[in-house]
Amino acid sequence: MMESVISFLISVTPFLIDGLLLGFVFGVAAMGLTLIWGVMDVINLAHGPIISLAMFGVYLLTVTLGWGNPYIALIVVAALALPIGMGIYYIAVNRVIDAPHLSSLLATYSVNMMLMGVMNAVFGGAPRNIEYSLGTIQIGESITIPTARLVAAVAAAGIATALYFFLYRTRIGRYIRAVTDNRDAAELVGVPSTRILALSFGIGTLLAAFAGGLIATIFPFTIFEGSKYELKSFVIGVLGGLGNPIGSLFGGLILGVIEGLVPMFLETSWTPVIEFTLFVLILLVRPTGLFGGKS
Amino acid sequence: MKESKRAFPLADVLPGLPDQHWASFVLPLAVVLGLALFPFITGKDVHRETMFTVLRAIVMAVSLNIILGYTGYVSFGHVVFYGLGGYVGFYLVSEKGMSLWVALLAGGLAAGLLAWVIGAGILRLRGAYFALVTIGVNEAVRALIQNLDIFGGPLGLEMNFSVYKAYGGPQAMLQMTYNILVGLAVIAVLLSYAVRTSKFGLGLLAIREDEDAAEVMGIIAPKAKTWAYVLSAILPGMVGALFFFRNGSIEPHEAFPLHISIEAIVMVMLGGYGTVLGPILGAAGYQVMRAFLITNRYLKNIQLTVSGVLLLLIVLFIPAGLIGWLRRRIPASRRILL
Amino acid sequence: MTALLRVENVTKRFGGLVAVDHVSFELHEGEILGLIGPNGAGKTTLFNCINGIYRPEEGRIYFRGQDITGWKPYYVARLGMARTHQIVRPLAELTVRENVMVGAAFGSKQYDLRTAAHIADEVMEFLGLAERAEMLAGSLNVAQKKRLELARALAAEPKLLLLDEVLAGLNPAEIAQMVEIVKAIREERGITILMIEHVMHAIMNVSDRIIVLDFGKLIAEGTPEEVSNNPKVIEAYLGDPELALKLTRKSNA
Repeated sequence: MMESVISFLISVTPFLIDGLLLGFVFGVAAMGLTLIWGVMDVINLAHGPIISLAMFGVYLLTVTLGWGNPYIALIVVAALALPIGMGIYYIAVNRVIDAPHLSSLLATYSVNMMLMGVMNAVFGGAPRNIEYSLGTIQIGESITIPTARLVAAVAAAGIATALYFFLYRTRIGRYIRAVTDNRDAAELVGVPSTRILALSFGIGTLLAAFAGGLIATIFPFTIFEGSKYELKSFVIGVLGGLGNPIGSLFGGLILGVIEGLVPMFLETSWTPVIEFTLFVLILLVRPTGLFGGKS
Repeated sequence: MKESKRAFPLADVLPGLPDQHWASFVLPLAVVLGLALFPFITGKDVHRETMFTVLRAIVMAVSLNIILGYTGYVSFGHVVFYGLGGYVGFYLVSEKGMSLWVALLAGGLAAGLLAWVIGAGILRLRGAYFALVTIGVNEAVRALIQNLDIFGGPLGLEMNFSVYKAYGGPQAMLQMTYNILVGLAVIAVLLSYAVRTSKFGLGLLAIREDEDAAEVMGIIAPKAKTWAYVLSAILPGMVGALFFFRNGSIEPHEAFPLHISIEAIVMVMLGGYGTVLGPILGAAGYQVMRAFLITNRYLKNIQLTVSGVLLLLIVLFIPAGLIGWLRRRIPASRRILL
Repeated sequence: MTALLRVENVTKRFGGLVAVDHVSFELHEGEILGLIGPNGAGKTTLFNCINGIYRPEEGRIYFRGQDITGWKPYYVARLGMARTHQIVRPLAELTVRENVMVGAAFGSKQYDLRTAAHIADEVMEFLGLAERAEMLAGSLNVAQKKRLELARALAAEPKLLLLDEVLAGLNPAEIAQMVEIVKAIREERGITILMIEHVMHAIMNVSDRIIVLDFGKLIAEGTPEEVSNNPKVIEAYLGDPELALKLTRKSNA
């Protein structure tokens, strides 16, 4: 009995580790979405194309321009994402920030269409791959981890920690949380709310781009790849509580574990069935998420 | 009770708002029939195929408008009803040898049933949460169907072309399915008009404006919303069954593409949500614009970008859509432009 | 006289806060009952319990002889209870007429649209909204929106009307007009009224009886005269000296 449990655990461990490592990256992608939702009640439907755009940005710098190292490219891309996100906010979102949800959903979706159109024209539908191997790490006999995944997970955890300190330890972070809690009250005490909203949108975009860049170092991708992660981000955001960026990290880990473990028991194609059923059920039973979101 | 002079002549048959001009009823029908007749006049198959796409878009947009425009619930995953109806209908025809008519009814029924079953639960969610959950439902159903062997899994199903013999061969089948679609489009418009001008519809509009206040005034919102959702699901289900029968094959990515839902929302917004005529004009206008962009040498590669810019301009500057804008600008037009 | 509305021991809590604390009272057919109390006393919460927006944790509510505790607002409305909201809730994108038609079509009589339109016209005439029938409700000013609230409630042809501060935000002339309207609603339409009001002289003038809430508890009940002489009531309002002064002045007059 004991032996079979141990052998089960041993067989599960690599899947679990794999899932957790990816979970950090999923989590960061979702943090971008849920930060924006929390601060301004906008579901950013341009989230997916931004992720794709970051993937191709990293590809362009690393492969096309021959920089060679995707991690340097990633930092540049993430830095560019901040002003791009703020630009999207001022152009598309600012005017509909107080309109019914339909308006902001469509406004961000229009950005989605524009980005997809441009990417389609420039890159086409063919898959790309960034060849940059960091080798693997061997733990014991049965566990092999591609180093790129470990690096991605560490980087993701790092930026999540940075976000936490930014939100809870800096003045601007406090402003962002104040606007999240109650925009009107924050305005009354002199928080420059429009600039804070724009900045939050920029940071959300930065996080999405960062996650996209990390994914590009692990998997091959097309311009449609981001949409997959957009849907995952919805699921994670709801798991962790929409509007609670730190909860997203846990949501990401849960999703990672699900994706790691489900293939052990069912065919991989059942994973989205489980994920989206869970997503619908959580929204119905506990719309604030497992870790508490914004009511 | 005195009868208003301009009372609508069919008022006793069709429910109507008391001060509605008869043109408000005739206009939407005339637009749909005019578009539908166009290929008959030119006699060209290519026009028929174009109009098939336009009429399909009209049915989708007009149906969606019942839950989106009248009731105020943003169903982002509305394509789930189209896909489900498509699969159910296709399965019955190609695997069970049933007739297209059975398939159409079953497709509509399946879609209506799904809306009824999930409606009571998900319609409790408001605003963006409802939009999200409908996306989740669509993805869950798509993923589930991908795993069902009777529906052919990820590869989907293929129709044996001999099936079309019973309908006079592929050419005759194309014409017949077009004619059926014209019928469905007319039904969609009649349904939309009937809902908009009925007491039930007034209740939906009240829910859209302020659901809590509507309940305080005696509107049984959960029931009304569920029925609105069911009504908005049935025709997309039937059109799905019709389209995939005509198409000869069905697979998950063709049946449940999220962008079809979103395009339908755009059409509703373009023409004017919550109006009868708006979604019809929006659907036709959107398709015409798309056809123009796709065939334009310079714009075809970035057609999506151009559509995106147009959508943003509409959302930012005329959120009420064409008909909504006219109704607001010219109050006198409200009796005619419904 | 039979009790049209009977509230028995109703308690509503929000977390640790007891917003309504074991409140009991009766309301007779044809009566106008005033409900007063300092801000935050639980008046609107009590309304919300009566018309089904909240389900009270304790106690029962009887309306027209039926136990309606825990009924949804729409069933309560259909049984013949209508209300106005303290913060107006117009159906902004519908016309004024359509707003009032909603009241008639879904209220106690469930009229068809055609009849609802005639009733709406009549009620709008009564409340002086007829000229604005075709305007979008969202474009009315506050005083007009208050009338619209009242019009929708009246069009429902209720047995009982709950009025939540219909006078707030109105100027003295408008208040005088509205007081006449409230009286006429009872006289001409035979509708029983329960009203929350802060404008003391008005509520003292219009009510047959008054009940007073303070910190969720019912602290006094009686004729306007009795209530305004009640030391407990004066004490409750002491946090609000101006009101206390008005009350005492009124009782000396």
